[in-house]
Amino acid sequence: MTEKNIKNKTENKAPNKSNGLDSKEIKEEEQVILTPWKLVLRKFKKNKVAVAGMIIFIIMVFLALFAPILTPYDPYTMDFSQVNQPPSKAHLMGTDELGRDYLTRILYGGRVSMQVGLFAVIIEIIIGALVGGLAGYYGGWVDNLLMRIVEIFMAFPFLPIAITISAVIGPEVAPEKRMYIMMFIIGLLSWGGLARMIRGQILSLREQEFIQAAKALGIRDSRIIWKHLIPNTLGYIIVSATLGMAGAIMSEAGLSFLGLGVTPPVPTWGNLVQNARDIYVLKNRVWLWLPPGVAIFFAVMSINLFGDGLRDAIDPKSK
Amino acid sequence: MLKYIIRRLLHMIPVILIISIVIFGIVKMAPGDPVGTNLDPKATAEQRAAERARLGLDKPLPVQYWNWLTRSVKGDFGDSYIYKKPVSDVVPNFIWNTFLLNVVDFILAFLISIPIGIICAVKQYSKTDNFWTVFSIIGISMPSFFFGLLLIYIFSVKLNAFPINGMVTPGKNATGWAHIKDVMHHIFLPALVLVIGSMASLVRYTRTSMLEVINQDYIRTARSKGLSEKVVIYKHAFRNALIPIMTIIGFWIPGLFSGAVILETTFVWPGIGNVMMDAISARDYNLIMALNMFFALLTLLGNLLADIGYALVDPRIKVE
Repeated sequence: MTEKNIKNKTENKAPNKSNGLDSKEIKEEEQVILTPWKLVLRKFKKNKVAVAGMIIFIIMVFLALFAPILTPYDPYTMDFSQVNQPPSKAHLMGTDELGRDYLTRILYGGRVSMQVGLFAVIIEIIIGALVGGLAGYYGGWVDNLLMRIVEIFMAFPFLPIAITISAVIGPEVAPEKRMYIMMFIIGLLSWGGLARMIRGQILSLREQEFIQAAKALGIRDSRIIWKHLIPNTLGYIIVSATLGMAGAIMSEAGLSFLGLGVTPPVPTWGNLVQNARDIYVLKNRVWLWLPPGVAIFFAVMSINLFGDGLRDAIDPKSK
Repeated sequence: MLKYIIRRLLHMIPVILIISIVIFGIVKMAPGDPVGTNLDPKATAEQRAAERARLGLDKPLPVQYWNWLTRSVKGDFGDSYIYKKPVSDVVPNFIWNTFLLNVVDFILAFLISIPIGIICAVKQYSKTDNFWTVFSIIGISMPSFFFGLLLIYIFSVKLNAFPINGMVTPGKNATGWAHIKDVMHHIFLPALVLVIGSMASLVRYTRTSMLEVINQDYIRTARSKGLSEKVVIYKHAFRNALIPIMTIIGFWIPGLFSGAVILETTFVWPGIGNVMMDAISARDYNLIMALNMFFALLTLLGNLLADIGYALVDPRIKVE
């Protein structure tokens, strides 16, 4: 995917340099002025792999979103006459040990997994943008203090701390609410990198003329940060958000696989794969662990492809 | 350089202290009475109180923290509840198993990925390059536990070529060469998962950083001087491409050890990650705290190592 983009770039570069002037002269009235975002969109559309990633991801979101319409079953209703059925016409992906329709569990599991991914990233971005923005803009002791905090957060070993927190507060929380706990754990432990990146961006933006001008006009600091600085880092934020969501879905899946993320009966892709930790299930009931694992893989891969494509389209320096 | 390292190490002390407070705080938030797990349920109130006093749990939290910290610095992390011996005796038993797995991964991944990354960069857009790009995307997006399960299913269940889990065949008690062979047989699948995962990102990084270097002017100069392509690539370009790779190693080392939790659980590999899961499910708090501190230290040292490596391979970076 990245290759294609570079190809496009190099192809674009050459003609632009030589006949950029000519084309202007010839069809000045036909020239469309593209906003930066339109340029990004145009570049992104040319990247077929990234577009494919986006489409796969959108399909998966729709499957999760419309799960209640797509399947006649309920993910929690047990049917003891239909226990451990292999895939059949009635149950396309079979049933689990409690007779629940597995396709339904996977669809609803996707809802939970993707929600956790999305909200974890939103938490990550809010904290990361705030801390990075403040540190970069004010500099001095504020920067020093905030970056020290970032350093501490980045030194937290993600998985061990996440499972420790989860194990400590876990037993008190109902399975339906564990989802929210996971969002916070993942979000709170992963904003450090983003904060650092935004700070770096803002440090260099701060010295540019438009900010000097804004300051000279007496615009409030908070307005400068939110209206002038953050929008200029938006491209990077969007890219890290996309790739961060892939990471968050993966983290949630890992934690749930260990039994320390979202716990049954609430389905998520991670805890559905957990079935395979039983050797008997691994050997004889492939339908119980293969499909949810494939779902995680496709979700993460499609978001990664989409995110890579976005980065190539947004960041002119990226390769 | 030495001064820089010392300063960085001193710099780590407050960070470690704060992390230790956080870890201590999290563990103290745990519900349930830690005394109850050690004593038999019929113990009288006095016995419980005596046990509390013995463990120092009757003191205020800051005092408890201070005691834990001072003992930990001396290498005494308290007793592990599951293993019924000091934590400092438990951890070394398992750490080498994790270490073994990671060393195999580290060596293989580097030996294989870097040449591949270079070839991909040199022959950009070729079939080889495309193949490895697809490989990287798949490898990065594949959750290690799911990949592990797939391999177990294919190689252990269907083909019966490798053991399903563990590190040695139970009850075999082989020694010497037979033991090494047995371990090698068991390590194959978990190592394969690790190596492919590491290769996915390493090939990508090597390729990107190589591409960046190859397009620079000094490489063109080297070529126009009439140097052979081999010298240009391996002597001029590769050295500079190594710089970003060095930083990756720093982030990678702690990632390997903490990622071990998932992989070792999948393969029931008797390493530190497995111990961590056991400690979590048995609520063995002394062990949990010690392991968390160990992982945190590893992360900090990894970062330090990355910075030092950075300064070593890149003379443009000034260490003040």
